[in-house]
Amino acid sequence: MEDSHYILELKHITKSFPGVKALDDVSFAVKPGKVHALMGENGAGKSTLMKCAFGIYQPDKGQIFVNGQPVVFSGPADALRNGIAMIHQELQPMRSLTVMENIWVGRLPYRNTLGIHFVEWKRLYKETKDLLDDLEIPIDPKAKVQTLSTSHCQLIEIARSVSYKAKIIIMDEPTSSLTEVEAELLFKLIRRLTEKGVSIIYISHKIDEILDISDDVTIMRDGQIVGDWPASELDMDAIVKRMVGREMSNRFPEKKHVPGGIKMEVRHLTSANPHSFKDVSFSLHKGEILGIGGLVGAQRTELVETIFGLRKKESGEIFIDGQNIDIHSPEDAIRSNVALLTEERRVSGIFPKISVLENITIAKQTADYSVYTNGPFIDNRKRTADADQYMKAFDIKAPGLKAEIQNLSGGNQQKAVLARWMLLTPQILILDEPTRGIDVGAKYEIYSLMEQMAQEGKAVIMISSEMPELLGMSDRIAVMCEGHLSGILDGAEATDEKVMYLASTYQPLEA
Amino acid sequence: MNTKKINIKQILSNYALFLIMIVMIVVIGTMSPKFFSWRVLRDILMQSSTRIIVALGCLFILISGSADLSGGRTVGLTAVVAGSLAQKADYYIKFWNIPELPPIVPIFAAVLVGLIVGLLNGFTVSKLKVPAFLATLGWMMVVYGTNLLLCNKPPNNSQPLGGFLKSFTNLGSGNINGIPIIVFFALGMCIIVHILLTKTCLGREIFSVGSNPEAARVSGINVFKIQMITFAFAGACYGLAGALEAARTGSANSSYGNGYEMDAIASCIVGGCSMTGGVGSVVGVFLGVIIFNVINYGLTFIGLSSYWQWVVKGLIIIIAVAIDMRKYNTNK
Repeated sequence: MEDSHYILELKHITKSFPGVKALDDVSFAVKPGKVHALMGENGAGKSTLMKCAFGIYQPDKGQIFVNGQPVVFSGPADALRNGIAMIHQELQPMRSLTVMENIWVGRLPYRNTLGIHFVEWKRLYKETKDLLDDLEIPIDPKAKVQTLSTSHCQLIEIARSVSYKAKIIIMDEPTSSLTEVEAELLFKLIRRLTEKGVSIIYISHKIDEILDISDDVTIMRDGQIVGDWPASELDMDAIVKRMVGREMSNRFPEKKHVPGGIKMEVRHLTSANPHSFKDVSFSLHKGEILGIGGLVGAQRTELVETIFGLRKKESGEIFIDGQNIDIHSPEDAIRSNVALLTEERRVSGIFPKISVLENITIAKQTADYSVYTNGPFIDNRKRTADADQYMKAFDIKAPGLKAEIQNLSGGNQQKAVLARWMLLTPQILILDEPTRGIDVGAKYEIYSLMEQMAQEGKAVIMISSEMPELLGMSDRIAVMCEGHLSGILDGAEATDEKVMYLASTYQPLEA
Repeated sequence: MNTKKINIKQILSNYALFLIMIVMIVVIGTMSPKFFSWRVLRDILMQSSTRIIVALGCLFILISGSADLSGGRTVGLTAVVAGSLAQKADYYIKFWNIPELPPIVPIFAAVLVGLIVGLLNGFTVSKLKVPAFLATLGWMMVVYGTNLLLCNKPPNNSQPLGGFLKSFTNLGSGNINGIPIIVFFALGMCIIVHILLTKTCLGREIFSVGSNPEAARVSGINVFKIQMITFAFAGACYGLAGALEAARTGSANSSYGNGYEMDAIASCIVGGCSMTGGVGSVVGVFLGVIIFNVINYGLTFIGLSSYWQWVVKGLIIIIAVAIDMRKYNTNK
């Protein structure tokens, strides 16, 4: 049955990797001009399926049809020729080059003189300008990509797909590093593209955003298709239930903790970097989860990294348990029982090629060599005992403790890095975007851990760009705007609108 | 408010190279005013010429995101190859038993040998996936060994080669209207490479590969081909430099070119190249080479031991890179 009203069809695709069957007889079809969401927990096979559609992987079995015609892709170049483009989860722009070169890389317009292909810079500029204007992307084609924000890099990637005259654009987690405002820009662009007849395959963990933007939804679990539905027939609970294959009554654990006395006070903290945050003061209570909201660029990461001693402060004081604590380095912070789960897991979280065991135990080992040693040598039994405890407690799925951590899924990596800090039994736990890019199940486990910490009377700070998480988990929400603390909301009274208002406005007080 | 301060900082870091050079020239010039003369300038340009050509080869490699340690020894081998083909018919230790050849032959042979070394490097890096540092280290040793074996061939028996034809040495030491011919070679190569890198599709693809090889591959660029071309071009540059080095000095032996690769890398880095690829310009490299040769020449000129040049060169590299790093790490 050749349904010609589908622009892309993947039929009975099977793909195995050594040890796992990543895709098992999967069929998937996309209509022209529609946003088709592809959902599922990490490891469900979404990315593998899309890599087959884009020619990065070749399926073991099954066929691909574009406009009803069978096609075989031996590489991404073939897919691009057939009008399929993919925007990767990890954006990989060529940072040292200009926007226009990034868009037209490999296909620069040229003039052939004596057999030498000379780049036509003027035409390149004009074509880029026209393309960006048409998509209403306000970026200078001559700007170097390294000067742009993440969200702008993403828009450039999309412009690049459009420049290939792509009829199908695959977007893998496009909003995972965007704030809600930036995501809205992306959605506007997606709507413009669908009006022009372009189909979007949209992979995301953010259910509300899927319901908002997509026409059709396909849900995958364990390498198979659970089913296809029009988005209008689904709600959040229905999606979660079908993704995890079990009832999930609540997205957040029940709040049982009670905030107590003051644990930490930050007074007039100002960054040494003149472009970063200024004069930030707030307090953190025992048994409290303090959310920090704001747009990308609000300097939230810079703030917590300064508290943790990763960045230099210009002035200001930090009091812990009433004592003025001088923190100049992460070592100082760790000694004061502060832990920080950094934002970029791959950059400053995991040691990719080192075992899960060592990734979990490294901080405790560094803090005190003697805990894991027997005489001058490391005693692996002691380390294994500690690591095992958290492998079980956090339900970290790994082939074994000796496996390289880079082979784990994002959610499991995140839990392993969290275990690293939990081994130090911190009194203050700072989490910077702890659930970015990880699946629903792992998210819930991280929320549970935060709740448990708070119940034990410990203090938690969580930076989050996901509004439901910020509202759902925080006792109070501190909102930052362009390096200033623009207000602190009580969790019970906070709403989307109030947070967004504070995140986008800051009126400096006249001194 | 303090925008002025920031501007000065920016100017300092953007033009550190020019400033270092100007300060050095001024200091040397004040100590010995004769430094400001046509003869000195000509000497510095002549000494820089072969170095510039080697550094241009290196520039290609660094922009493409690789490294190349084989440059210096390739200069040595090609100097010997060129020299052996440029001897007078009646020279008493004739390397090959051949008649006198026009100078284009030794130059062409040297470039060809360099090109072959480059292709071997390129194949090892891009097909066999040996890290560039190690691949080129290995080939550097093979090239040096080959050169020692070649020089040891009877009747030469490891003696320096000499007795080159005037038509050949003229390319290295002759001049046209007072301007050394070798300088024309260097400037010509600068112009060719500049056009190639900034004006052609090939050049931009080299930048793309260096900036992000994975993105380049996904965009349909043949990364293997680009890497082969960069290494081949670099090898050809080393070959040309080798031939000119033999012509300039009127001699050649197996120790020629020793350490040139490190000088070339240093010149590129001081000239603003990034070790991680995707960044670099001919103008920067040109200035980088000139700076090192000004130090070289200037220190001797004011009567300091030439041994000092090593100390100063080392410090310049460290300062240049430290200033460069500050650009990227300002917010920490």
